[in-house]
Amino acid sequence: MANLNIGDPVIPLSLPGVDGKDYSLESYQAKPIIAVIFSCNHCPYVRAWEGRMIDIQAAYAEKGVQFLVISSNDASQYPADSFPMMKERAEQLGFNFPYLYDESQEIARAYGAQRTPEVFLFDSDRRLRYHGAIDDNYEDPEAVSAHHLIDALDALLAGQSPAVAATPPVGCTIKWKPN
Amino acid sequence: MQIQFLFWEGCPSHEPALERLRTVMKEEGVTAEIEIIEITTREQAQEWRFPGSPTILIDGLDIDPPPPDAFFTLTCRAYTRKDGRISPLPSPELIRRALCAAREAAWLP
Repeated sequence: MANLNIGDPVIPLSLPGVDGKDYSLESYQAKPIIAVIFSCNHCPYVRAWEGRMIDIQAAYAEKGVQFLVISSNDASQYPADSFPMMKERAEQLGFNFPYLYDESQEIARAYGAQRTPEVFLFDSDRRLRYHGAIDDNYEDPEAVSAHHLIDALDALLAGQSPAVAATPPVGCTIKWKPN
Repeated sequence: MQIQFLFWEGCPSHEPALERLRTVMKEEGVTAEIEIIEITTREQAQEWRFPGSPTILIDGLDIDPPPPDAFFTLTCRAYTRKDGRISPLPSPELIRRALCAAREAAWLP
């Protein structure tokens, strides 16, 4: 279960990106909305949804929405999730958001993230306003009936609370390092 | 016809995948029993050549044969749909094709 409830403040982070830069939330103080999305390379749920992640970021960038996408998986057990492979994936697909490496898994543990993909959406006060899945149909974008993330973004941009503040995240488990 | 459904509990796709397998089997009039096998360790994944959950074997053959360099471990499996998109579930068409191929192979002398 996530460590954040709706209304809780964002948990700070500072992580390296696949472009060689370091990223923190302070870099995005001017952005009204930030989405911290736990993701990875290998998970088929991520791969089913990542086109939509790119499309939504593209559609909402000018409205001040910033995605920060984080992979926390143990690359020693899942080599497809290594940092070099993350870099390759970001380049191949033209990621329009920072793709960050949480190698120690500290950020995933702090957030209580459990799945990939899993969205934590924060408003301009950096309070959690939506948590969960991107939409209700990982398999077919044309068959989506509940656009959870888009609806939450639209509500926040209109100064309203999302009608649906939380949905169960759907996807692969985060691959934790052995203790 | 022997049908084996291999899954790992850590991936949420196995229930919808099993339902999809049962639906396609019914549509094709295939009445074979499904042997459901839970893969719980990496050693088992290696032993079964389990590229991820779910994996469906028909007469011992993977309905979507993995590449020679496939990695066998406890993970969700990615299936490539006809339109190139990735899904955690095998498509009904993939299942149907494998069932029909197995049925035809059984008829051959």
